[in-house]
Amino acid sequence: MSHYEAPIREPLILGHKSYHDITEDIAKPIEGKANKNWFIAFYISLAAMLWGFGCIFYTVGTGIGVWGLSKNIGWAWDITNFVWWVGIGHAGTLISAVLLLFRQKWRMAINRSAEAMTIFAVFQAGLFPIIHMGRPWNAYWVLPLPNQFGSLWVNFNSPLLWDVFAISTYLSVSLVFWWTGLLPDFAMIRDRAVKPFQKKIYSLLSFGWSGRAKDWQRFEEVSLVLAGLATPLVLSVHTIVSMDFATSINPGWHSTIFPPYFVAGAIFSGFAMVQTLLGIMRKVTNLEAYITRLHVEYMNIVIILTGGIVAVAYATEFFIAWYTGSQYEDYTYLSIGSATGPYAWAFWSLIIFNIITPQLLWFKKIRRSFIWSFLISIAINIGMWFERFDIIAIVLSKGHLPSTWWRFEPTFVDVGIFIGTIGFFFVLFLLYARTFPVIAQAEVKTILKSSGESYKKLRDDNHE
Amino acid sequence: MSSSKVIHAFYNDDEVVLDAVKKVKAANHHIEEVFCPFPVHGLDKAMGLAPTRIAITSFMYGITGLGIAIWLTYYTMIADWPQDIGGKPSFSWAENMPAFVPIMFELTVFFAAHLMVITFYLRSRMWPFKNAENPDPRTTDDHFLMEIPVHDNEKELKALLTKSGAVEVHVIDKEAH
Repeated sequence: MSHYEAPIREPLILGHKSYHDITEDIAKPIEGKANKNWFIAFYISLAAMLWGFGCIFYTVGTGIGVWGLSKNIGWAWDITNFVWWVGIGHAGTLISAVLLLFRQKWRMAINRSAEAMTIFAVFQAGLFPIIHMGRPWNAYWVLPLPNQFGSLWVNFNSPLLWDVFAISTYLSVSLVFWWTGLLPDFAMIRDRAVKPFQKKIYSLLSFGWSGRAKDWQRFEEVSLVLAGLATPLVLSVHTIVSMDFATSINPGWHSTIFPPYFVAGAIFSGFAMVQTLLGIMRKVTNLEAYITRLHVEYMNIVIILTGGIVAVAYATEFFIAWYTGSQYEDYTYLSIGSATGPYAWAFWSLIIFNIITPQLLWFKKIRRSFIWSFLISIAINIGMWFERFDIIAIVLSKGHLPSTWWRFEPTFVDVGIFIGTIGFFFVLFLLYARTFPVIAQAEVKTILKSSGESYKKLRDDNHE
Repeated sequence: MSSSKVIHAFYNDDEVVLDAVKKVKAANHHIEEVFCPFPVHGLDKAMGLAPTRIAITSFMYGITGLGIAIWLTYYTMIADWPQDIGGKPSFSWAENMPAFVPIMFELTVFFAAHLMVITFYLRSRMWPFKNAENPDPRTTDDHFLMEIPVHDNEKELKALLTKSGAVEVHVIDKEAH
């Protein structure tokens, strides 16, 4: 019985579906016309994106003095947003790579969109360090190129350069992993396209995928090896991002638990973003039979786990800051000083959104509710943004000397660029949802017989 | 010219096509190709396809990437322009190696992943503007297509395929196309 699955497991595909029904359901959003809601969402996102681009041009034209930075806080919103976006990206790789290695079938309904989210989020993340350079046209100086300024090379001892290698490897490997998985699905759209233009585009995108037995054999091997490579890769990316802080000697940053805690936080925030996006998408694209309550519950379980790791890390940081007895540790981002100081609002936002709210997910009713999951995911998105803001702005606001004490206030440009990246992200995601097969239909077809509702029912009835 | 003739047998179930492949193989016929809309486990073994060696290439590419990373960090940081960074002078690569571990790891993954995927695309003959070669558009939807060359045994093959559960059987002259 190659297709056996324990009756106690809930079905992953609801209703009575055939292979052809899956094709129809996943091709429908691409072949149909966009509805009014899609256009409203698209235009709002587009407006935010253009506003953000305007702020970027203003920054580049005038200089980064238009941001709320000073000699004491040399990075604040930009690096906060960078870490936030990179962290969001992590869930996509976790779903497509780590869950593949663990043979989790529920990943198949959500991996495509989660990985699209990864790629679009890493685009946004990459913008910030490049704009922060002030002269983005020199961004290629971060590459180890022989140059005309003497044979001075990039510094391979620096975590910032490790970031360049980690993020670019991560982005490009995620992209080919995603695209390789897309080939059979683009081929499916190509083979049923009726409009010549559409046929041409999807022929081009599918690279001439024909679905030979040998192709599938290689496809599965390549997916497995890529998953094996992407798993340590995704862990390395946020580890290296955390080293941007952890290798410094600032109180509050110089912390050996940063790498695992940042990775857990990244997965936590990424799953929250997947939950936010899919909560909307399953409704808009009528894919409720594929992205089910069970998927939402599984994601919420990952959120509780990683959120728990983050909470323990916060408690450890708080305890250690107090336990040192050092007055310099009393104004790190998790300390009595920051809980009662001028940044108390940021401190308590972090605790409420990131630690207290997710605890609601211990209740099965809430964890299986679409609307509650959606609301909690928004809270976590906000909370995880505050985590990075607190680590950066609170820690930097009180240095060792009172003369360096300074409060960061964002300007409209800081805010504008951040809103712009959110707009840009949603523009990309909305375009994706209309033109790409949003569910890995070839993979979903392989689990139809083991995890489809009607097949399961048929089998269970026969066993009784 | 019977050698350019092939039989296209369509199936609409993965288990049926797997059994059919085993039956056709047992009757000692050569299966030219099976086109599938999704991977069918055990099909490659049933068809007698050799295991793919693409994971081995990935390992070799990864070793290459690691070598390049070692050479790059050695050449730039130790040999060409050594600097004293943060009180950690660059006298030898081995002593500075811990700081290069992230670069060594990333370049290993970069080479292993990208070159393997490029190898896959080239070996399976896939690239932009390449025309698809599946004979029927339904093979990316819900049909499986088995292609068998005909050598004066058309009737026998047709009977065998129909018996094995094929929903459609066509004889096609490849040269007529």
